[in-house]
Amino acid sequence: MILLCLIAILFIAGILAWLAARWSAAAARWIALAATAADFIIDLIVWLRHYGEISLLPHNRWIEELDWNWIPRFGIHFHLAMDGLSLLLLMLTFFLGIVSVLVSWNEIKERIGFFHLNLLWVLAGITGVFLALDLFLFYFAWELMLVPMYFLIALWGHERRQYASVKFFIFTQLSGLLMLIAILALYFTHHAATRVYTFEYEQLLGTPLSSSSAWWMMLGFFVAFAVKLPVVPLHTWLPDAHTEAPTAGSVVLAGLLLKTGAYGMLRFVVPLFPDAARQFAPIAMVLAVIGILYGGLLAFGQSDFKRLVAYTSVSHLGFVLLGIFAWNQLTLQGALITMIAHGISTGALFVIAGLLQERMHTREMGRMSGLWSTAPRLSGAALFFALGSLGLPGLGDFVGEFLVLLGTYRVSLILTLFATIGVLIATFYALRLVQRAFHGPNFHDWKLADLNKREAFILMPMIVVLLWIGLYPLPLLNTFRPAMERLQQAANSMAALRR
Amino acid sequence: MTGADGIALLPLIVLAGTSVLVMVGIAVRRSHRFTLGLTLAGLTAAFGSLWIAAPLAPRQVTPLLVIDHYALFYFGLLIAGGFAVALLAYDYLAKVDINREELYLLLLIATTGGAILVASSHFASFFLGLEMLSVSLYAMVAYLHPRRQPLEAGIKYLILAAASAAFLLFGMALVYAGLGTMEFGRMAHMLETGNNVMLISGLALIITGIGFKLAVVPFHLWTPDVYEGAPAPVTAFIATVSKGAMFALLLRYFYRSGAATNHRIRLVFIIIAIASMLAGNLLALLQSNVKRILAYSSIAHMGYLLVAFLASGELAVEAVTFYLVAYFITTLGAFGVVSALSTHDREAEDIDDYHALFCRRPALAGVFTLMLLSLAGIPVTAGFIGKFYIVVAGASSAMWALVIILVVSSVIGLFYYLRIVAAMYASPERDAIETGSRISAASGAVLYMLAVLLVWFGIYPEPLLRLIRTVLRA
Repeated sequence: MILLCLIAILFIAGILAWLAARWSAAAARWIALAATAADFIIDLIVWLRHYGEISLLPHNRWIEELDWNWIPRFGIHFHLAMDGLSLLLLMLTFFLGIVSVLVSWNEIKERIGFFHLNLLWVLAGITGVFLALDLFLFYFAWELMLVPMYFLIALWGHERRQYASVKFFIFTQLSGLLMLIAILALYFTHHAATRVYTFEYEQLLGTPLSSSSAWWMMLGFFVAFAVKLPVVPLHTWLPDAHTEAPTAGSVVLAGLLLKTGAYGMLRFVVPLFPDAARQFAPIAMVLAVIGILYGGLLAFGQSDFKRLVAYTSVSHLGFVLLGIFAWNQLTLQGALITMIAHGISTGALFVIAGLLQERMHTREMGRMSGLWSTAPRLSGAALFFALGSLGLPGLGDFVGEFLVLLGTYRVSLILTLFATIGVLIATFYALRLVQRAFHGPNFHDWKLADLNKREAFILMPMIVVLLWIGLYPLPLLNTFRPAMERLQQAANSMAALRR
Repeated sequence: MTGADGIALLPLIVLAGTSVLVMVGIAVRRSHRFTLGLTLAGLTAAFGSLWIAAPLAPRQVTPLLVIDHYALFYFGLLIAGGFAVALLAYDYLAKVDINREELYLLLLIATTGGAILVASSHFASFFLGLEMLSVSLYAMVAYLHPRRQPLEAGIKYLILAAASAAFLLFGMALVYAGLGTMEFGRMAHMLETGNNVMLISGLALIITGIGFKLAVVPFHLWTPDVYEGAPAPVTAFIATVSKGAMFALLLRYFYRSGAATNHRIRLVFIIIAIASMLAGNLLALLQSNVKRILAYSSIAHMGYLLVAFLASGELAVEAVTFYLVAYFITTLGAFGVVSALSTHDREAEDIDDYHALFCRRPALAGVFTLMLLSLAGIPVTAGFIGKFYIVVAGASSAMWALVIILVVSSVIGLFYYLRIVAAMYASPERDAIETGSRISAASGAVLYMLAVLLVWFGIYPEPLLRLIRTVLRA
């Protein structure tokens, strides 16, 4: 029931915020804040209560589970379940949820109720994605987070919001439908083998598949997640959507929506189709390395603050993809840490971009320079997160990328080599960002307000968490391990079954 | 004909009786409200009589009509559609200065015609039902005759529908000449053996006639003009009741006569389905008139339905039926919004009429958004479950190519649905904020009801699915 509460709180609070905004804008903001905070606390309590036993849980048990019949005609269940992986990603979801509500406090001035409705519903959809164990429910939630995100970009975005929002919608919708076809193919194959119609993840895990059909289905899933992740040839929606979205939208996009793609790869692509995934791994890993280098290079060439940060996402998520398809303990742990650390460091960079835009009404780095002299605390925070993004030891991103590189080294030396160059490029673009925007003389005589209390309150916890992950990631790894072992076990037993 | 036959036919008798009553009522006392009340009462009575007729089903009443659960289910759907259109028409007609009452008479006759189509098991009743439907539609399309556009649309519809009816008749004649029977059920085994030119050409001509009514490519050319020209409630009627009845007949005729398994016929339908899906969605991209956009989108939706039709087995019939229910709700809702926004001298058909609608009329904009998302097949709406059903049906018959074309073309469709949505939520120009009149009670009730149904079937479709399954299995 707790799991349903997590979704229901966001969903209902969205409606309440919408209604409340008619008489008070502040009420809508407070309702949204309360809802995300409540979810965060619930999730935190679940984590703390189960922390001791998570690593002892037998492999067939979930931390929390809920299973109702939904549409028996098709064997569809309303099946939610939480393991360490979902738990951590939900922590991230609600944390960034709080951040996005706070960061919109002054930025959003129009249609406040409808904004919070969309924001909370997109979070509800993401929560559903991380918890769904029924493939139909998963697809349902996957599509559900699209519409509110579209509205967030299309209504409160910047100059080219129409173009960006439609592009985002079309890319995700088309890839989602391909995944639906793959899901159905799996559904009917499973029925042909067992005479049971089911969308249950755990039952579908054991479906015997011929290698060619497994290959096609795997591709269907892969494309859907690759668009979200994004993997390089399919990434073109990302810079537009991230740049044009309002700050909260960018935070949710970069911090969470991209993670749903990685989550899908981890949870579905490899365990459901281990053989096909193994055959496909070299291609995926090459694509990942291309993404790392290409994203880094393009980030280096941008002059728009938000666009630069957007391209760094392409680069960082390349490490996640590399880690997932190298598929060993180290790389999987690395991928998870990168997902969470990237969510926070990139989210924070988007927050800073938003704060700058609120003050200067521009994102052009050519019009910045020397901001340190006028807003030292803001600039300091920016430097901190830029360092996080470039992978400074002691901060979260470093741990993740280091683990991925370490694990990939066992699989392929050459790919590791090129991926490491990617880390080097990160140094260039991150330092260039800091140098152009914040250092140097204050040419344009900017007089900017420094961080106020609310803004400091947003950024401080992010700094703390990033440091914590960088210095002591063990709790995360402990929580993730049983889930990871289960995924590996599923993949291995599947492979054995089909051989 | 026995008494039991009469009871089985009760829904049809009530419908026909109501039309006579309304006609007499108009002659005695011309009152808009009274006529509407009479119409709604008659439709409600006909709907209620479904439960009286249900215990007798399935029953063959004369060789012409078969009253089975399938027919009764579609009666219910058509009557509910007619009910909604009557309410929408009430508000619409209240705004224009014209004799209003006859529209309800025509509406009732057309609904009766549709019901006869759904129940027909014989060429004679098929043609009779079709003509009852079509002839009343000519008048309904041109109902606002002082305006130029409806008149033009009416004439266009009249000529093309008459021509297609001639094709249909010729086709029936050829099939009859080849097989010596006009009953669907008795054609079954003969079609397998008699594979001669006369039969195939007869069937091809029948497909032409049906295809015209359904407005599938290449028989779709009338659709945008008629949709645009006809008054919005009438457009809603053409899009739902007329097409729904025709599709129900298509299903019955081709399954009963066994023509659906004939591979040449299948090939024809595959081509029609692909062409409709692609052409409908691509041509809609070029439009800036909301009614025309919805017209082209309906062509695409008929293509989707044909995909389900081509899938074999009970899943196909279920999918078609569910999709039609969802399509009825969605289309009635969409045209309901258009009709509610229309003023006394023009219809709200240009996309600019919807600019910043969310600021001016948030409720209407919300309903329209839901309807458009349902047409696009986005979750939480019945359209999503419907599209899912069709994809399942297609996948179960391993028609991957058709399914993929469906997917791709529905993504193309997103462009124009989103265009309308984006226009509705755009910020208003400062000087142009006029909060329009409140939505009137009748259309308000219909639209909210449709929105609730849409979301209900989108989130928890199981009751409807169970109903459809029990109906079709019986």
